[in-house]
Amino acid sequence: MSSANSYKNTAAIKASLKKRYARERRFQWYGRIAVMTGFVFLFILLADIVGKGLPAFTQQYIKVTLDLDADRLGVAPDASEAELLRADYLGVIRSSLRDMFPEVTDRKEKRQLYRLISIGAEYDLRDAVVDDPGLIGQKFDKWLLAHAEAASYLKGQVSRDLPEGDRKLKNTQMDWLDSLRDRDRTEGRFNTLFFTEGDSREPELAGIKAALYGSFFTLLVTFLLAFPVGVFAAVYLEEFAPRNRLTDLIEININNLAAVPSIVFGLLGLAVFINFFELPRSAPLVGGVVLSLMTLPTIIITSRAAIQAVPPSIREAALGVGASKLQTVFHHVLPVSMPGILTGSIIGMAQALGESAPLLMIGMVAFIMDVPGGVTDPATVLPVQVFLWADSPERGFTEKTSGAIMVLMGFLIVMNALAIYLRRRFELK
Amino acid sequence: MQTSTVLLILVALAAISFFVGRKRSHLVAVGQGGAYGLHSLPKHYGYMAALWAGLPALLVLILWVGLESRVLTNMVVSQLPAEIQALPESELGLYFNQIVSFAQSGSDALGLSESQVAAAGYYQELLADSRVMKASLVFLVAVIGCLLALQRISPTLRARNHVESIFTWILFACSFIAVLTTLGIVLSVLFEAIRFFHAIPVTDFLFGLQWSPQMAIRIDQVGASGSFGFVPLLVGTLLISTVAMFIAVPVGLMSAIYLSEYATRRFRSLTKPVLEILAGVPTVVYGFFAALTVAPFIRNLGESIGLSVASESALAAGIVMGIMIIPFVMSLSDDIINAVPDSMREASLGMGATMNETIRKVLLPAALPGIVGGILLAVSRAIGETMIVVMAAGLSAKLTINPLEAVTTITVQIVTLLVGDQEFDSPKTLAAFALGLVLFFVTLLLNVIALYVVRKYREQYE
Amino acid sequence: MNSMTVTADGVISSPATARADLDIREHEHVSHYQTIGEPFVDNAKMSARNVNVFYDDKQAIFDVSLDIGGNEVIAMIGPSGCGKSTFLRVLNRMNDIIPICRVQGDISLDGDNIYGSDQDTVLLRARVGMVFQKPNPFPKSIYENVAYGPRIHGLAHSKAEMDEIVETSLRRASLFDEVKDQLDKPGTGLSGGQQQRLCIARAIAVSPEVILMDEPCSALDPIATARIEELIDELKANYTIAIVTHSMQQAARVSERTAYFHLGKLIEVGDTKEIFTMPKHELTENYITGRFG
Repeated sequence: MSSANSYKNTAAIKASLKKRYARERRFQWYGRIAVMTGFVFLFILLADIVGKGLPAFTQQYIKVTLDLDADRLGVAPDASEAELLRADYLGVIRSSLRDMFPEVTDRKEKRQLYRLISIGAEYDLRDAVVDDPGLIGQKFDKWLLAHAEAASYLKGQVSRDLPEGDRKLKNTQMDWLDSLRDRDRTEGRFNTLFFTEGDSREPELAGIKAALYGSFFTLLVTFLLAFPVGVFAAVYLEEFAPRNRLTDLIEININNLAAVPSIVFGLLGLAVFINFFELPRSAPLVGGVVLSLMTLPTIIITSRAAIQAVPPSIREAALGVGASKLQTVFHHVLPVSMPGILTGSIIGMAQALGESAPLLMIGMVAFIMDVPGGVTDPATVLPVQVFLWADSPERGFTEKTSGAIMVLMGFLIVMNALAIYLRRRFELK
Repeated sequence: MQTSTVLLILVALAAISFFVGRKRSHLVAVGQGGAYGLHSLPKHYGYMAALWAGLPALLVLILWVGLESRVLTNMVVSQLPAEIQALPESELGLYFNQIVSFAQSGSDALGLSESQVAAAGYYQELLADSRVMKASLVFLVAVIGCLLALQRISPTLRARNHVESIFTWILFACSFIAVLTTLGIVLSVLFEAIRFFHAIPVTDFLFGLQWSPQMAIRIDQVGASGSFGFVPLLVGTLLISTVAMFIAVPVGLMSAIYLSEYATRRFRSLTKPVLEILAGVPTVVYGFFAALTVAPFIRNLGESIGLSVASESALAAGIVMGIMIIPFVMSLSDDIINAVPDSMREASLGMGATMNETIRKVLLPAALPGIVGGILLAVSRAIGETMIVVMAAGLSAKLTINPLEAVTTITVQIVTLLVGDQEFDSPKTLAAFALGLVLFFVTLLLNVIALYVVRKYREQYE
Repeated sequence: MNSMTVTADGVISSPATARADLDIREHEHVSHYQTIGEPFVDNAKMSARNVNVFYDDKQAIFDVSLDIGGNEVIAMIGPSGCGKSTFLRVLNRMNDIIPICRVQGDISLDGDNIYGSDQDTVLLRARVGMVFQKPNPFPKSIYENVAYGPRIHGLAHSKAEMDEIVETSLRRASLFDEVKDQLDKPGTGLSGGQQQRLCIARAIAVSPEVILMDEPCSALDPIATARIEELIDELKANYTIAIVTHSMQQAARVSERTAYFHLGKLIEVGDTKEIFTMPKHELTENYITGRFG
């Protein structure tokens, strides 16, 4: 362009342009790559968990032809319930398995054959017989729960290519399972035990019910303490606190507590609640108190923001008709800011639900089979259950771990979605 | 009587006090021409009576429950034969636990000594007495409180102001819990740490290059104080945090820049919440991911190019920790960059600078203090993070800065030392509190500096 | 406070003027209109033809045609929200930053369409500089503020050359004598008026041909304002200057031509003296006599 030449710097600037635009494009690509990196990490994380965890929701059963011979059971059909409970169901299952594979005679091989079926199957059968003693003396097909190792082969997780010494399931066991599958005697079903049982040493019997209840009781304590205290503290700091050193001290403390590592709260719980007050170890009560101290800063900070967002005109209107400060706050300010406060509280509760480090300190890492019935019973929580299972060497627990993570994340997603929904509605106003 | 029952009855008493108080205000108002003659509304007199009945009684209940088991323990232990009282704390604790579990379940007395059975009986007696005393004391305090309130009710009593000032105090108490929590943390960690430093000199702890606390499990081995050197833990912690920062800072900062300066509003509103999911994932999930997916992957990758990588390498834990911190760095940087006034952007763009020149030469230098503050906060997060390293980092303390080797961290050691059976007289357990003390003060220092820097930075543009 | 509203230009309007605006809107409903006066000149440095500007669906500028002559100072005046600032920003494509903004029509600099596909904003903005409402020096030293433009455009090849550019620019902005001993001090430490002159120095360091000024004195006190006005007078020997102002006195003092904008339309253009003494359009007259503002 001829006319542009009248400008003295045209040449210099034009000379620099190519390089500068190249740098600009490069810079934009760095940004895009950074965003994509975050996405890729998230995708890999979720895909990994879901890929590992989905099999946890199916369970393998093996159809065994049971011969409930009264002699084998060692009990007559008209026996009392106590006698029925003591009958030899394990023996029946084992002999029935031998009947299905008559070629197995070696003692070692027999033991391997028995190991295809979960030890839980015995109790299953016992319950069935106690329910209906008429079954005694009959011969019938029954689906029995497969052992975790057998189940993982049936799900295709163990390959024959692996050297036999490196796997728990031996070639003969795989042959039997193949033959059972060929005879349509294996089946995968939805894993209800996962939701109805507590922890177990056997992966196929382990469930998250105890941990779910533990989490529920812990969060209940957390919420009952943290919500009112947090909201009251926020109200005080926003509406009543005088500008003085004490208020400053409180504010500094809240801000710092928000950044204190969670494990330090665990140390506090251990030293104060367990050692000094001698409250029960492993109890949701102590866990809930510790978590409530931990989530308190979150709730206070978000509640303060919500209270701040209430237009002063509402306060002036209420004060103007003669309401006291306290009435103004509780009748007018709090109801208006409640969606914001709830949003913050739900986010705080979600944090507490996912937290595990401080709970390790106060002994909520115990092996808990029984569902806790209250806040002082020994319990564990969902994330700690994940931690415990992740530590277990059996491969069956890997899928349980991922399955439990999926349940945990499901709860977190619901809570966060609720918080986002509330925030959206709040913003619309 | 169970504590929960006492609590319920107490609530009922408070409710009754409310109605009685309200009724009484009506009665005293008769001579004054009805409720209009009262200073406050009748319900305020009711609230006042309820608060007077409920609050002191509630405090008594809380104190009683908090101190009950301590007092009972001491009373039972003091009744035990002298030779048993002379036992070491841990054995005494075990002995006492047997007494308690026998007293509570009443099942088999097998293997229990005669003195234990006797003590269990005494314990049960004490427990029953304590429950009765607890309930009667609480109710007594409640009734006295209620009566005192009723007696004070008169038409001129400023009940509303009275109730409100009590409420204001309750509100204050709630916010003061934050101070108490900090105090509780400092005191509990400090006390045990001081006990630890009685056994192990502070200098050995701070400058020792060897960490093997398992050695000192018996008291007679305390002399082997060289095993409590804190340096390898610090180096391990910093190594993993550094790896994490190498992931989180570039990715988080560049994402924030791209999303706030280049991306369309639509892209931004879709992308940000998705990336923030990373912040909501529980740390135990990251730990599982690090231990079972990333660590084996890195080890295999290293082996395929001929490097020997530990199966619990600092690299794996650090990378996953970095992923966890990405959204944290991103949203902090986003806030900081957005705080730079638009007039800076306009000035630079208005002279013909390209966007990246504006970002690199104007926005980032202007935002630098704030970004440094944000990174300090992120570092403090990384140092305090527990689950990822507990699950994916090593247990043995190795003094190395090679990220392919396994190192251990402060938080890992706190967890390993405290999970399982503890004896509060062994330096091994107390060491965890010394580590906790260091952790608390290091993160506190980082936070205070970071918050100060960020605040100064914001004030500059306000 | 609640009975007053703050407009986009930061001007607080009282209910009285708001009502005046309303009246005008009611009787001025035409979308086709004729600009009164002389929008075109012989030695045009920049020329706009039939320019329309939209923010999403909302139209901010209606069919404006206007020339900016070489080495002249043209003032753009009009009530708040009249589009004068928008028009100014369109002249060096500062509106490109706003994604929802669309520009129709032709704007050329020395005959080249600045919105043409072969044009880039880097060179354009070097040639058409801008000074903003609020002084906005970078949080860098005074020296680095002025050196910023030459540095990014690669205009200085040695330290000596850069020193010279910085000194010349500061002298032209009549700031050099005040700051020559503190060139390494932060630019944000200067007084408001000094900061604005620093911004002018920063703009002229890349030797632009046109300088756009968007209410450059609105944040300054009267003494600082007077210095800037003197400076504009000196600068017009070397530069073409377009200045947006809400002060009619300022327009009358510094400019040779004045353009009156109203609700996105260019109502009247002409010799500054004529506009202020004999406005032809009723709206112009109402504005300069202070009936609304």
